[in-house]
Amino acid sequence: MRIMIDSVVEFLQGNFWALTALKLVAILTLIPVSGLAIGFAELKLSAKMQNRVGPYFAGGRWGWAQLLADGIKFIQKEDIIPADADRPVFRWAPALVMVSAVGLFVVIPFWDGGAVADLSIGIFYVLAISSISTIGILMAGWSSANKYSLMGGLRAAGQLIAYELPMVLAVIGVVIMAGTMSLSGIVKAQADFSLFGWSGFGDQPIANFISPFFILQFVGFLIFFISALAELSRIPFDMPIAESELVTGYLTEYSGFRFLFFFLAEFSNMFTMSAIAATLFLGGYLGPFVDVAPWLGPLYLVTKIGVLCFLMIWFRWTFPRFREDQLQSVAWKVLVPLGLANIVVTAIFKVVM
Amino acid sequence: MMDFTEPVTWVASILGLAIATSGFIVVTSKNLIHAALGLVGALAGTAGLFLVLSAEFVAWVLVLVYIGAVLVLFLFGIMITRAPVGYDVDLDNDRKVIAAVGAGSLFILTSFAALDSFGDTALLGIGDPTSTGDLADALLGRFVLPFELVSFVLLAALIGGITVARKDATPIAVGETEE
Repeated sequence: MRIMIDSVVEFLQGNFWALTALKLVAILTLIPVSGLAIGFAELKLSAKMQNRVGPYFAGGRWGWAQLLADGIKFIQKEDIIPADADRPVFRWAPALVMVSAVGLFVVIPFWDGGAVADLSIGIFYVLAISSISTIGILMAGWSSANKYSLMGGLRAAGQLIAYELPMVLAVIGVVIMAGTMSLSGIVKAQADFSLFGWSGFGDQPIANFISPFFILQFVGFLIFFISALAELSRIPFDMPIAESELVTGYLTEYSGFRFLFFFLAEFSNMFTMSAIAATLFLGGYLGPFVDVAPWLGPLYLVTKIGVLCFLMIWFRWTFPRFREDQLQSVAWKVLVPLGLANIVVTAIFKVVM
Repeated sequence: MMDFTEPVTWVASILGLAIATSGFIVVTSKNLIHAALGLVGALAGTAGLFLVLSAEFVAWVLVLVYIGAVLVLFLFGIMITRAPVGYDVDLDNDRKVIAAVGAGSLFILTSFAALDSFGDTALLGIGDPTSTGDLADALLGRFVLPFELVSFVLLAALIGGITVARKDATPIAVGETEE
């Protein structure tokens, strides 16, 4: 058995294309799996918060197969395209949203060296690739030939542009602290961090449970998390898909597996955005004893992602929706100045340190 | 010249073809949104070319700034003003010939410039991407003056935008009516 594993590993290390194919398969299975897991958590947690039971029968126990059943239902449904719609644009919009969801998975380091591609511009790539989905959403909104969809698409674009900026500003604080844009480099910088020559955060396996960046960049973390909520169009920032005002906005005309694409992209984006927040601010795969037992790394990362996703779900079922003008003033009048101040303070701190 | 035994030559050629096709769609499409989406394709292809030339940073700047911000604003502006699904008839204008001559001569000029400076240089494989550290040293060292000048232009544009958009703070004098 052991010899077999060794020979497989050797084959993969020597063969670039086989390794790339394996990584692609891993990403393409991780997207539906993470989407289903978070979607199911959302169903069950929302039920708990509203004193309901939630899905109960599907799969025999706890309703664990509810979303699988939903997925099969979506695939069986007819793929309806409205008569007045712009057909090619309508067809390609979900694909573009999915491209951005897949692309985000590429740079996340799940363990030391465990990223599909460890780009030296890592976090910059994340910001760039996540901005592609805006085009897909605008395409979906416009090509549906529906007033509600167009309004939803426009709201989404306005919101994503407004919150892209504070997100970039929040990331810059971390990049200044770490001195690198590579995601694995940022994780390592959190392990090796020293404050005025005192490296108490790093070497001790117990101490690196709390990342130094979480404490020193707490403002950045808050800005990043709020912007991530807005980029994901989740409550309290879900005006683009507000069902009571816009009949779910740009999603109105989509059905069947095209709707499934948007749905999966939303939940897998929740996973990746939480993963990136965890990598930047919570130490990624670091945790107690991870230096002696590297297999703990992915578990720590998934735990941190789970906590952040739980927060997102909690917010969704406890906060009311913002108004459109309130949303814009929060971004431009509060988060952007706060982000700029954070950069200035961090830069001064970095020079002094 | 072109060495088609190298896979990288094929990648670069296909990207170039895709950029040219998208550019053609931008110019000839009878639908504003389709034209703007063609521009997305052309810019994405250009980003791909930069990747092939191992200029990773420039490629993703192109995606973040042009596709993610400028073209989103384009699409936003078009959709909020005039964006019928279907085809417009009056998108052509009379200066077609002049525009074609201008674009053609620009193409010839840049082709000559490229051939003159690079000539027979062949692209052999994809090198390591430029490290961001080197890039930062160049931007804030040798090229710091142009860098600062560009940011000055942006600052001027920002202040101009705010001046145009702000409400006039002067109160209306007594007896005057607001027209």
